[in-house]
Amino acid sequence: MKFFRLLFTVPLVLVSSSVLSATMGDAVNGQQLYESRCIACHSVDDNRVGPAHRGVFGRKAGAVKGYDYSNAVKAFKIVWSDKTLDLWLSNPERLIPGQKMGYSVSVAQDRLDLIAYLKSVSNKP
Amino acid sequence: MTSAIENNASPRRLFLGNASKLALSAGAIALLGGKDLLAAASPADMKSDVGILNVAVGLEYEGIAAYTIALKSGLLSAAHLKAATKFQDDHKAHLTALTATIRKMGGNPVTEKSLDEYAKALKVDQLKNEEDVLSLAARLELGATNAYLGVIPAFKDSALAKIAGRLAAEEATHFALLNFDLGRPFAPTMSFGA
Repeated sequence: MKFFRLLFTVPLVLVSSSVLSATMGDAVNGQQLYESRCIACHSVDDNRVGPAHRGVFGRKAGAVKGYDYSNAVKAFKIVWSDKTLDLWLSNPERLIPGQKMGYSVSVAQDRLDLIAYLKSVSNKP
Repeated sequence: MTSAIENNASPRRLFLGNASKLALSAGAIALLGGKDLLAAASPADMKSDVGILNVAVGLEYEGIAAYTIALKSGLLSAAHLKAATKFQDDHKAHLTALTATIRKMGGNPVTEKSLDEYAKALKVDQLKNEEDVLSLAARLELGATNAYLGVIPAFKDSALAKIAGRLAAEEATHFALLNFDLGRPFAPTMSFGA
């Protein structure tokens, strides 16, 4: 009986951990995605075509000093969190009509991984 | 910079020397400015598309600045100087076409920043050798490729989406040549614009 219990428990644990890591996001993969997809416009510490991302998690939208945000983002009252970043990355225009990013990330796991990376650069250096 | 790179008999090092022969027709890009766009688009749609095109203008300005810095760095071999000049010319042609399109649509193109601002944002003070310069260029070209591919679904006008695809293809060419010349692995299959 114990054997059969173990037989079913081990796969459940393995499946659960992979589901858990999928829902949590992988910051290492997120950094690779950031450096191949976001790097054209963004960097962690400098404003470029897009605003810098250091400290983005927990920050109000439109708050990076020295960056020229669209009027839409400046006026939109939102704080960047897991949920709002996921909405933004999946469809920026749907979340904040009139924004100027335009770029979306269609794969949910990619968004999770990117958000995990953005969280990791939101701790002070 | 050592002449070992130019003297290196490895085909991959000679690859970029032939980059100028792989140009797309400048006339093909000029079509962007001449095409009758958005015959039936709403003002809101046009404004949205102009916004996206202006992001592209910003990208191209930064790319042009990056190559200016690269060309002036004194770190590039003759072969790489030739390739960098060609790639910069491509970005200048993209910029010309994009700004013409924005004006045709009744918008105002964003303006260029100073070279110093681009240099600071790109951390060029950390570029110590030719490989650093080529790596930066490759990183920016890969980013530009994915940026153009990533904004395609956002365009209201499918003609502009097609142009974004064409520009992405050109950036991908730049990236592929630089990546190969750096001796790095090929990009994974289906990795662009995912």
